[in-house]
Amino acid sequence: MRTIRLSLKSRRALLGLAFISPWLVGFIFLFATPLLQSIRFSLSNLSVAPGGYVLDFVGFKNFKDALLVDATFNRILVDSVGAMLLNVPMILFFSLFTATLLNQKFRGRTMARAIFFLPVILASSAVAAAESAGLINLMGDASAVDAAADGGASFNVVSIVRMLADVGLPMAYVDYIVEAIMRIYEIISSSGVQILIFLAALQSVPGSMYEVAKIEGATAYESFWKITFPMVSPLILTNVIYTIIDSFAGSPVTQAIYQTAFKTQNFGLSSAMSWLYTLVIGLVLIVVGWVLSRRVHYN
Amino acid sequence: MAASGTDRMVVVPKQNYHMHRVRNKTSDLLYSIFRYALVIGISFIILYPLFLKVSVAFKDKQDIYNPTIYMIPQHFTLDNIRLAAQVMDYLPLLANTLLFVTITTLLTAISCALAGYGFARFSFPGSNVLFVLVILTILVPTSTLMVPMYLHFRSFDFMGIIQLFTGKNGINLLNTYWPSMITAATAGGLKAGLFIYIFRQFFKGMPKEIEEAALIDGAGGFKTFARIMLPNAISPLITVILFSFVWQYNDTFYSALFMSESPLISLKVASLPAQANQLIPQLMGFGSNSGIKADPNYVAMIVDTGILLAIAPLIILYLFVQRYFVESIERSGVVG
Repeated sequence: MRTIRLSLKSRRALLGLAFISPWLVGFIFLFATPLLQSIRFSLSNLSVAPGGYVLDFVGFKNFKDALLVDATFNRILVDSVGAMLLNVPMILFFSLFTATLLNQKFRGRTMARAIFFLPVILASSAVAAAESAGLINLMGDASAVDAAADGGASFNVVSIVRMLADVGLPMAYVDYIVEAIMRIYEIISSSGVQILIFLAALQSVPGSMYEVAKIEGATAYESFWKITFPMVSPLILTNVIYTIIDSFAGSPVTQAIYQTAFKTQNFGLSSAMSWLYTLVIGLVLIVVGWVLSRRVHYN
Repeated sequence: MAASGTDRMVVVPKQNYHMHRVRNKTSDLLYSIFRYALVIGISFIILYPLFLKVSVAFKDKQDIYNPTIYMIPQHFTLDNIRLAAQVMDYLPLLANTLLFVTITTLLTAISCALAGYGFARFSFPGSNVLFVLVILTILVPTSTLMVPMYLHFRSFDFMGIIQLFTGKNGINLLNTYWPSMITAATAGGLKAGLFIYIFRQFFKGMPKEIEEAALIDGAGGFKTFARIMLPNAISPLITVILFSFVWQYNDTFYSALFMSESPLISLKVASLPAQANQLIPQLMGFGSNSGIKADPNYVAMIVDTGILLAIAPLIILYLFVQRYFVESIERSGVVG
């Protein structure tokens, strides 16, 4: 038997390739190929034929249709990007705050942690859909559900708005805070992973730093802004990106894309829509990443 | 922190010392009351919907219209649970879902651990570029790949092999478990990029000497991985297995795309309201064409009970593993 003599370095390289080979095969056939196909689909008119499909090249017609002809896609896209931009700061603020809270020592901390991460386990679009459908059943139609939800909470909102306005906050801030309070459950349930990431970051801050600060006479407030915040700031970028990506999952845009593909069988238009969405998200990620990475403190 | 006993070692004039201590004590007490109020408040917001569902599950029909009942029902009954289980065909559904989710989770964990190790410890031509591509798989929305994947699995043919031997146009894998199995085994399933990242970060942090020792003792690459690296990687493994299990269990996107007709809990829950409306009159003994509609409030009750049945396995699982879950993430090196 003849063996090929390889240097240690190239043997290691081959071994490494062997380790990643399942992923590599999957990447080429189940990610890269579909990605390229999806570009082709978005530029064509796709009709399903028995045992395959037929493509007619139509250029940018699908993109034009998505933006100018389709009645709702424009609005849904702008709305969900807007909602995402509003949500990200709220989720980030809440998760950093909660992580700081859970990182302190107090009786019942283990239980508090267990409860706070429950939404990670239970966040399911299927359950959400069934719940709202159950309500619709009860109320007759969807607008009644919205009306009931508004009616139930309206009393609190007025008093909160009054209180905050009396304090002298500008109305724009008041609106933002009130909206955050109104959607507190939604924010809590979508910030579980972010809390975990921040908590892990907080655990890695050496305790001696706080001791030094305390000896020097720093207040808790000062040591938060001078120690905690800079130390977790790299994770803020991670969390922003995670939150933005996480908002894809159940967004109305994704649903619209799905409907276009499988209800109206317009696969080309659906691909064009998904590419527009990808580009918008990519743009947001680049801008946010660029802005934040200049301010992040690495040690 | 440990230094709390020494924190006021600053030289303070004697007469001020007492006042300082009292002020510190009260502010500490106020802060801890404030903290408990917050923690309990947020916990309540999280748990309230769950309590509500449990209460509904055991409530009798006649209690729906009794406004004096809050949470604790007057007439306990197990009818709701029985009816919801009947509507969902619960036990076979659960067994099937658990089997499917367990297999995909294990496949995902294995393939992602292999890839993570490969990226963490080996340098080969293009290894950095390939890792950037892993990150890319996290960033591209799944809806972009939806249509090509669907068509791909509708006539599945790996590099034209099937056509070569049988002359047919590939096989239709839709509504089988194969699409999910294949994507899981090739580290391309739900959020697999994130899992590869977690494993890579962890393996990067492990000392290199361990492998060198194994190499000198004559262990090959895969043996080192299986015998030494993997047993040490318990915390990222728990993280990945838990997340993968939960996300797969809750997933509707891929399951609706590839196996819309399969008995899986996530799909069943989404269609529960419609099914309940249709089936409840029948189960209560009216013919299917009798035109009798179930009381919408009662249907809502059954739907709520069904949702509780669907999430109950996850909650039970969580009760057992939540301690490891939080601890493992803190140590798993998610933090770069």
